[in-house]
Amino acid sequence: MPAQPVADGLFTWPADQPRLIGSRCRECGVVTFPAQRSCPRCTSVDVEERLLGRTGTLYTWTVQGFRPKPPYAGPEEFEPYGVGYVELPGEVLVETRLTVADPDRLRIGMAVELVIVPFGDQVTYAFAPSEGDAVDASRA
Amino acid sequence: MSAPEVAIVGIGIHPFGRHDGVSGRAMGVHAVREALGDAGVGWSDVDFAFGGSRDGGNADAMVADLGLTGLPFVNVRNGCATGGSALVAASNAIRAGAGDLGVVVGFDKHAPGAFGSDPAAYGLGAWYGETGLMVTTQFFALKIQRYMHDHDITGAALARVAAKAFRNGARNPNAWRRRPLSEEEILAAPMIAHPLTQYMFCSPGEGGVALVLARADQASRYCDRPVHLRSAVIRTRRFGSFEVFSPGLALERADSPSVDAARAAFAQAGIGPEEVAVAQVQDTEAGAEIVHLAECGLCKDGEQEEWLARGVTDIDGALPVNTDGGCLANGEPIGASGLRQVYEVVAQLRGRAGERQVPGDPRVGFTHVYGAPGISACTVLSR
Ligand SMILES: [Zn+2]
Repeated sequence: MPAQPVADGLFTWPADQPRLIGSRCRECGVVTFPAQRSCPRCTSVDVEERLLGRTGTLYTWTVQGFRPKPPYAGPEEFEPYGVGYVELPGEVLVETRLTVADPDRLRIGMAVELVIVPFGDQVTYAFAPSEGDAVDASRA
Repeated sequence: MSAPEVAIVGIGIHPFGRHDGVSGRAMGVHAVREALGDAGVGWSDVDFAFGGSRDGGNADAMVADLGLTGLPFVNVRNGCATGGSALVAASNAIRAGAGDLGVVVGFDKHAPGAFGSDPAAYGLGAWYGETGLMVTTQFFALKIQRYMHDHDITGAALARVAAKAFRNGARNPNAWRRRPLSEEEILAAPMIAHPLTQYMFCSPGEGGVALVLARADQASRYCDRPVHLRSAVIRTRRFGSFEVFSPGLALERADSPSVDAARAAFAQAGIGPEEVAVAQVQDTEAGAEIVHLAECGLCKDGEQEEWLARGVTDIDGALPVNTDGGCLANGEPIGASGLRQVYEVVAQLRGRAGERQVPGDPRVGFTHVYGAPGISACTVLSR
């Protein structure tokens, strides 16, 4: 049996090409993540589910340097992890863990894509550098 | 008949820091007694009170210590804007004629370490906290990383903000961190959330602040140098602003609540940002001071790099900022933090800020707080 997602309704899983699950306002077209039942822009409640694009660019990033307090449920043995906002073109900015935690290999504007990664005995979503756009740390 | 204007006629503070064995409420009571003494009035003279705390208990429980006079005492709980919200409410009460003399008080006492937050309290799924995305320090790092990229701000500027805070804190007997730190020490400290090191962040702490408010036309009864509260404004976020605790954000960028609150505060006061002689802006971390200076209209985006290099925001600079050491040197007891800024501006405008007094007889001051989940409170004060 595949590992369970950290939450229902967050991303399609199991899937060969997993997608984040957002919502789209039928009135004004605004896309939100996670899916919500009303539109934060025009206040409409006429919204539909939307599977979001799998690739985008890094809008901003940081590296979490200490183990967060509860409710953080990551491993006791703390390893710094990358966090960023990814801009999914024409859709929405998504906050996400990054598979890279080395500041020398992260830059604003780099191409990234959705991956599903282990988190304890569950799985969660993250973004990884796209093939061909990984920053070469030796040249940075 | 027009609504009465509002003046601050008494200020009181319990030193910030760590105070084992002293409750948050006791710090609030200490601050209220000091503020009443400053105004030359007693608790029984007070018509109403507004107060708040996040982790220190109910503010209105203070009546057990201060005296059971039967006055209306309203508890306020509004995150980092708790003090600002209490001040807005008290100011409106005076303007509405609900009383002539009011007390505003904020205090807090937090456990050591970064704040933990409950996703459910913010309408977010449990996964958001469990997977390590609900961390305020992370948000500030994400925001300043992008701001530095867009406006050519360097790590040196971040270090200069922090070094200034600890320099000013060293001159403030009520501050927590009173040891100056060099820019080199600050940059070499452990990285908490890139590009921000340990000494670029404030810590949750303890402390209390109280203010006595009066009708401006009666202020001379209590105080020989009253400071006028020209405006006090709170705003929440609008669609498109870049906010803490947001799993998703709109593609379009709107002004932050700090921009909205500051703009409204200046407009209501009839005073422009260029008239400000001393300012306190939220410096949860060093980058926040840089961003907030621009968001509040006190400088242009990108100008901060040169300002900091030239010492413009130092106590003897053209626009002194966070003259009491800010959150960086005082720590952040959430309920008290916003009122600390007002305390400091009143002290500066009265010319009674001691070793950290801004020279040149400042007449106009400004305060700004920002906090989760996207709220801001600003005040404009003048003599
Ligand atoms: Zn809509």
